[in-house]
Amino acid sequence: MSRITKRFAALKADKRAGLVTYVTAGDPDPALSYQILKGLPAAGADLIELGMPFTDPMADGPSIQLAGQRALKAGITVDATFDMVRRFRKETGDNDTPILLMGYYNLVYQRGVERFCKEAAQAGVDGFILVDLPPEEADQLKPYAAAVGIDTVLLTAPTTDDKRLPAVLKYASGFVYFVSVLGITGTKSASEEAVRTHVERIKRHTSLPVGVGFGIKTPDQAAAVARHADAAVVGSAIVDRVKAGLDEKGIAKPDLVPGVFAYVKALADGVRGVRKV
Amino acid sequence: MATTPNSFRTGPDERGHFGIFGGRYVAETLMPLILELEQAYDTAKADPQFQGELKYLLTQYGGRPSPLYYAERLTRHLGGAKIYLKREELNHTGSHKINNVLGQVLLAKRMGKTRVIAETGAGQHGVATATACALFDIPCVVFMGAVDVERQAPNVARMNMLGAEVRAVKAGAATLKDAMNEAMRDWVATCETTFYCIGTVAGPHPYPSMVRDFQCVIGEEVRKQMMEAEGRLPDTLVACIGGGSNAMGLFHPFLDDPGVRIVGVEAGGKGLDTGEHAASLLGGRPGVLHGNLTYLLQDKEGQITEAHSISAGLDYPGIGPEHSWLKEQGRAEYVSATDDEALEAFQRMCKLEGIIPALESAHAIAHVIKLAPTLPKDNLLVVNLSGRGDKDVPQVAQRLGMKI
Repeated sequence: MSRITKRFAALKADKRAGLVTYVTAGDPDPALSYQILKGLPAAGADLIELGMPFTDPMADGPSIQLAGQRALKAGITVDATFDMVRRFRKETGDNDTPILLMGYYNLVYQRGVERFCKEAAQAGVDGFILVDLPPEEADQLKPYAAAVGIDTVLLTAPTTDDKRLPAVLKYASGFVYFVSVLGITGTKSASEEAVRTHVERIKRHTSLPVGVGFGIKTPDQAAAVARHADAAVVGSAIVDRVKAGLDEKGIAKPDLVPGVFAYVKALADGVRGVRKV
Repeated sequence: MATTPNSFRTGPDERGHFGIFGGRYVAETLMPLILELEQAYDTAKADPQFQGELKYLLTQYGGRPSPLYYAERLTRHLGGAKIYLKREELNHTGSHKINNVLGQVLLAKRMGKTRVIAETGAGQHGVATATACALFDIPCVVFMGAVDVERQAPNVARMNMLGAEVRAVKAGAATLKDAMNEAMRDWVATCETTFYCIGTVAGPHPYPSMVRDFQCVIGEEVRKQMMEAEGRLPDTLVACIGGGSNAMGLFHPFLDDPGVRIVGVEAGGKGLDTGEHAASLLGGRPGVLHGNLTYLLQDKEGQITEAHSISAGLDYPGIGPEHSWLKEQGRAEYVSATDDEALEAFQRMCKLEGIIPALESAHAIAHVIKLAPTLPKDNLLVVNLSGRGDKDVPQVAQRLGMKI
């Protein structure tokens, strides 16, 4: 059983939804980024998405675009991202919190899909979320990821109708990521009613857990999602806390890391406040 | 590839692949809409009414067919191949872009879309889209890099006059690639009502083949016109390549004529060895960007690097996937011309033929200047004069130190 599957089973036993936190690897610099990664579980993250910066993040709004630019400028690489995960597993001894790499397919393709999957697995990565790899192209990745026990979390969107859902689910494992709004990350928010309807619809097609993301900015919104989904995913709003911790020259202020953790804790409190039957 | 296919004209496969190239690398949100577009296009393509309307528009509104003009002075000057110019710059809006746009906007209307977006580099595709949207009374937003807004100011004014909204994109190098990122971000939020009118033979399937089909009118006319003029097919075809739509439109109808030599000219910028160029086939390698797998300028990790070209329309780190495939198949040759060579060709064209070419097309002419003298006098060479250079007058005047 993968770490992701185990974690969702544990959440279910706890009768609560999970909090998935997204941070961009290397933002604002590799050292601070590692500090953030290390402390996320204690702050309340149940699963961690680690963004791999890409020069052309077409599905991302301004917050994550800027985070990627900060990280690239600070010299983040794919190797350094794998190292962060390796260090996390070794230094924290945390062998339970799943870490998923999120990003765009070209970085995987350039390294060679098979090699990328192997190295990611060796580093302690549990899942991939590749924004620009829909089921139509996912067969390039799936066999290699499956061979090393890495889950492929596919995205579904409001435009993914009942007819299409099985095609998406065919390649999905770990959980299903529902993109709750039409648009890029960190912009619009979905209504609770829309989240409920779509999650119910997806659950009619699969027994996989459903995580909901895009546009969740406050503990209240996270709680609203937690009422209906198995996990709430928060990205841009956390990344905005990193930005808020930088001065006008882009130098980190002392409260950057604590500021991120305080915000993650507030989100976790929101999510954990919702009891599931 | 070990074997030569029976035909070079049957691609892509049903998944939108030309060999390993092409495909549909887009966010799931867009995928259902892309499938809907594919279906709508397949239906329209087979519908005589759609084809009839398009033909009417191309003829009566666009001014087709464009002439195939024997450039006698240029031919004599170079002393080799017999050079014909395919005069796409005489089309309405001043370039080949209108061929594709009329097709796509007609399709948008047919699909019931109520808004059209487009990306543009030199502004030629933006102007063509703004034009078609004015004609069809559809609101239009054009994304354009802030640097290009600056260097192609006349086209920005034209788009505004035609009623389009031009959004200057400041991200990245603020050129065509960034405009395309921003257009895709808009599209993912508005895809249920908005039609994305891509300007070149790139992007997710079905765009590369759809845009190619709309541009093939260029090569089909050349076939007919050359038969009328010379009683045989041309020997050599030359066209410039950014994304590659004018080139694909000229080349594709001739791909299965082995006697026709096909040459695409990429933007060599300051020179291929300087790293400052836009020659993705010559200086890049396969990767995934903007919905397709194709040759890209990128670093070791796969981060996309900035292209450089004097010509805004060629200033793009990728290329249409079918060109990538033709390169690997060896069916087409790909070469480059530098900024300086293009500028030189631009001036030569003005003085020898009385035609001010677009800087994009000047790259094709620059290669003809090198190639034609090496060919026999009976070699029939067609160069695609894809656009006119009015938009480039301020920029070239400045480069040449002329006062305007």
